[in-house]
Amino acid sequence: MTIDGLLYIALVFALVLGAAFPLGRYIAAIFEGRVTWLRPVETGFYRLAGIEEARQMGWQSYAIALLLLSVIHFGLLYAILRLQYYLPFNPLHIAGMSPRLAFNTAASFTTNTNWQAYVPEQQISNGAQMIGLCVHMFLSAAAGIAAAGAVMRAFTGSGLKTLGNFYTDLTRVTLYLLIPGALITATLLVLAGAPQTFAQAIQLHTLQSGAQPLAIGPVAFQEAIKEFGTNGGGFFNANSAHPFENPNAWTNLLENWLLLVIGFALPIAFGHMVKDKSQGRTLMAAMAIILALGCVGAYAAEATGNPLQTAAGVQASGNWEGKEMRFGIPASTTFNVSATCTSTGAVDSFADSYTPLGGAIPMFLMQLGEVTPGGVGSGFYTIIVFALLSVFVAGLMVGRTPEYLGKKVQAKEIKLAMLGVLILTLFILAGAGFSLITSSGVGSLANAGPHGLSEMLYAWTSATENNGSAFAGISADTKLLDYGLGAAMLFGRFAFMVPILAIAGSLAAKPKLAESAGTFPTTGPLFTFLLIGVIIILGGLQFMPADTLGPLAEHFLLYAGKSF
Amino acid sequence: MSKAETISLFDAGIIRRAAFDSLSKLNPVTLARNPVIFVTEIVAALVTATGIEAIITNHPAGFSLTIAAWLWLTVIFATFAEAVAEGRGRARAESLRRARSDTMAKLLLDPRERVIFKPTPATDLRRGDLVLVEAGDLIPSDGEIIEGVASVNESAVTGESAPVVREAGGDRSAVTGGTLVVSDWLVISITADAGSTFLDRMIALVEGAERRKTPNEIALNILLAGLTIVFLVAVVTLVGFGQYSGTRFSIPVLAALLVCLIPTTIGGLLSAIGIAGMDRLVRFNVVATSGRAVEAAGDVDALLLDKTGTITFGNRMASGFYPIPGVNERSLAEACVMASLGDDTPEGRSILSFARDRYGINITAPSDAIIIPFSANTRMSGVDTGGKSYRKGAVDSVLAALGATAEPAFTESIARIARAGSTPLAVMADGKLLGAIELKDIVKPGIKERFAALRTMGIRTIMVTGDNRITAATIAAEAGVDDYIAEANPQNKLDYIRKVQGEGRLVAMCGDGTNDAPALAQADVGVAMQTGTQAAREAGNMVDLDSDPTKLIEIVEIGKQLLITRGALTTFSIANDISKYFAILPAIFIATYPQLGALNVMRLNTPQSAILSAVIFNALIIVVLVPLALHGVKFRAIGAAALLKRNLLIYGLGGIVAPFVGIKLIDMILGLFHIFS
Repeated sequence: MTIDGLLYIALVFALVLGAAFPLGRYIAAIFEGRVTWLRPVETGFYRLAGIEEARQMGWQSYAIALLLLSVIHFGLLYAILRLQYYLPFNPLHIAGMSPRLAFNTAASFTTNTNWQAYVPEQQISNGAQMIGLCVHMFLSAAAGIAAAGAVMRAFTGSGLKTLGNFYTDLTRVTLYLLIPGALITATLLVLAGAPQTFAQAIQLHTLQSGAQPLAIGPVAFQEAIKEFGTNGGGFFNANSAHPFENPNAWTNLLENWLLLVIGFALPIAFGHMVKDKSQGRTLMAAMAIILALGCVGAYAAEATGNPLQTAAGVQASGNWEGKEMRFGIPASTTFNVSATCTSTGAVDSFADSYTPLGGAIPMFLMQLGEVTPGGVGSGFYTIIVFALLSVFVAGLMVGRTPEYLGKKVQAKEIKLAMLGVLILTLFILAGAGFSLITSSGVGSLANAGPHGLSEMLYAWTSATENNGSAFAGISADTKLLDYGLGAAMLFGRFAFMVPILAIAGSLAAKPKLAESAGTFPTTGPLFTFLLIGVIIILGGLQFMPADTLGPLAEHFLLYAGKSF
Repeated sequence: MSKAETISLFDAGIIRRAAFDSLSKLNPVTLARNPVIFVTEIVAALVTATGIEAIITNHPAGFSLTIAAWLWLTVIFATFAEAVAEGRGRARAESLRRARSDTMAKLLLDPRERVIFKPTPATDLRRGDLVLVEAGDLIPSDGEIIEGVASVNESAVTGESAPVVREAGGDRSAVTGGTLVVSDWLVISITADAGSTFLDRMIALVEGAERRKTPNEIALNILLAGLTIVFLVAVVTLVGFGQYSGTRFSIPVLAALLVCLIPTTIGGLLSAIGIAGMDRLVRFNVVATSGRAVEAAGDVDALLLDKTGTITFGNRMASGFYPIPGVNERSLAEACVMASLGDDTPEGRSILSFARDRYGINITAPSDAIIIPFSANTRMSGVDTGGKSYRKGAVDSVLAALGATAEPAFTESIARIARAGSTPLAVMADGKLLGAIELKDIVKPGIKERFAALRTMGIRTIMVTGDNRITAATIAAEAGVDDYIAEANPQNKLDYIRKVQGEGRLVAMCGDGTNDAPALAQADVGVAMQTGTQAAREAGNMVDLDSDPTKLIEIVEIGKQLLITRGALTTFSIANDISKYFAILPAIFIATYPQLGALNVMRLNTPQSAILSAVIFNALIIVVLVPLALHGVKFRAIGAAALLKRNLLIYGLGGIVAPFVGIKLIDMILGLFHIFS
């Protein structure tokens, strides 16, 4: 590790956290309907879609609207992917996807996961990228942020019967946050050299006077929303390691900033919504501390490098395998840790080539439930679940029944929260555990031993936590993984989100108790560390046995001179 | 205040009975109420079967059977903890049950004919029946007096042996079944059917028979069940990961991992904590009609306290002598003492002791003294001696007796005394006005500090008094309460409670009269006095057998203590998991990947010894924590933030560190005796 490397990490944090404060205030204003600079467009859209702006929804209606939208879009996307051969903007005449791959991809983009079992350059047309995938990058992100807004509203008053209007939330978030943000950053990316064109390929003449097509397309805009909406679905298979997606070190920093900033702004928005800014800052601090530990840890692991290569004298400084020379080790590890921590799934280097510990850290951070800061919206509502569990476990120790922001946490909330935790655990562990004993599952793995176990565990973790990043080294387009991971993505998203909306509905209806000196303090360093402890113990410990057989075993074996 | 005799934690009789009960509690049908321990029992049975299978198939069975034994012990320790808690309650219930002997009641068929009655067993009485109780009779059931006045010995219920007066009408009209009429007679209208009397309810509560889980306990149980399922998934799926890695885990090993990870400590102690919390309240002579009320007591953030008896002593005491011009202070003091020599009221005695303390006057009654007692006509009292007469009394009465108008200096003193919230008395000797005595409502020493401590816990105190605003404000300022209700009546008390609840606060109050019933019912914690009316007792969710309103503060502390204990042990239990991973994971993976021995940071002897040590620690910690669960974690009024920091350090950090030490110690002991090492 070098000071420069650590300073790079500090720079990313400074830029992200610095921007999160004003952005958080802005997002709170969006949720409260105070942002109106595109009001004519907004109301025009409501008229067009027949949306009653004033209608307020209870948690059930909110959840149903969200699910309905997702189901319809899942169907639409499935159809586009199957029928892309017949659809416009397909100059290379790419064939429609197979049913199982289309299912997997539709599930992936509807759930903001962006797991890519397909090879973009060969299996998807520019048209399908634009009207299929790119649209979902906006919609799934906006839906997540809207759900977070609904959860925030639950804490704003006593006896609330409604959580807002899903349609207006979705519209406002898209119109005032995602589209402007994507437009600005796409412009910057184009300036840096990322393509934005309807052409799908350039024919190049190679030195051996052969011809080679070079895939291009409307890359910059998709790239911008890919990071801003924590989606991660690369236009190209190489994702952000591809020079057209990520032309230089500056765009790498920009993209790194982009994928973290909304996640960190949401707790700040929460602080504004509940009129207690320190509440938001505390959640943000917990997120930032875990992320910082992850960034430094992964950087340390990669900078230390592979002992076998060091011994053989083939390694200059650290583990460079699978990393872009353009970015270097600290920028690569920070980007990857940021992406896995935000359920973005974008990569600018390949975790499969990381050292065992360097790869274990992103995986463990995903297993923690994607809360550091997590996917846009989903990270926020998940950390709220952990905050509720924290006050529930430790809150009794101040001699009062647990409450969070004046709302009593009781049996119903705990039941729903544990249901969410259980669903995530079940899909990750049962999915990976089962796949590893089937010949189909083992056949997908590129490596043997604990490294193969890590590949499989990573895939199920990534899908269930709606991350979408791939460890690589796994052939994901198999029947088992297409359907299995597709189901994991859908359950990991919706079977988690709906209970949380139910929690929000239940909490909203409760009286908001006044704060006093006897109230369990949910701000300040003490709660921050308690929250971190609960995230690790209740969110992560159940994965330790499996992780030990994967990356940890590999780490110790590597130092014993054995590699896979 | 009387308290039931304290029962030693390790009372031999209770322990013996509990040991027996803990085995009968192993019945899986009843144990299923406790998901964590239920799963442990199933797993123990499974491991036992594995061990037996090994014996039959002639494989080594020692390890399986040892693990099985400790898993069974884990279950038994948990049921034992509950049985001990119940046993302590049962011992208390025994003494109550003695009072509920089968009495014959004198059932009146015609209330006007008090001499004609039909002897009826108390168990046959119905609500609304009229019974006659005479001196020497046990009151057959709970009731409301409709005729008569009697002194009643209620020691069976309250432990207080001095008889209390009970009479029809007013706030002292309720009687409790099992109490003894000492003098006179009463006609009572029965208010409870057999089996649901106050005494029956108390016995059921104390024994824990009727114990329903409280809301927070239910929620905690859900969390524990959820964690159990999560870890069950983690352990079961490990089979798949193991098979891929080329390891076959044996059932005892997986069982050990599972039981160590699921929260057996809090799962085993949770119901004991609840029963013990109830028990602490009962020992304090307060009966809660529901566990919910005990939890609510911990949540309370506003206390409505009666001024008289709670904040002040209730008796006014002399606090100053104010002579009129021309009379010196000492001679006034002497006259005050002379006038009070025959006055045996607390006020009179307070005048003597004030004069003694302040002026060193120590006069005993002369032999020729004639004591003139207080009479409702003159509203004065005093002493005639040596041809002199000393009188003290209400200011207007004394002035009327003198037939004089007061001079301005005297009127001024009187006004000042009244402004200070005190009561003035006038003193005269030989028909000459000498001055005034200030009788002050004395605030109890230490109460101000107590309120300050409550304030650090976020609890506001509100003084309730019938005094006028000026008096109330003065005493409120002196006692350091946060607010007061002056000229209190049932309606403005109720309004105040509603207002405070509207601000999102929980309110506790105590009351005794029927007109307190609406406020008691409205309050989140309503403590009715045992001496109060039936209506008040029904409206409140706790009954104080000592009828001591000051106990409201302790009730809040007991509620908090219950919650703190529960939270502390939950935190401890969950924090324990980290060390168990370090003990068990290297042990079970070492056969596949010997390099994972690096994770064996405790340097435990052998894999088998490591697993066994973790299981033994997991079982023994339950027993070790039983005293803490029963006694409760001490409550400190230091503010929520400080309390959290302290408890998190002890039970959170302690919960992480303690098992590392414990497991290592057990492993060393096993090594010493070469058990699996």
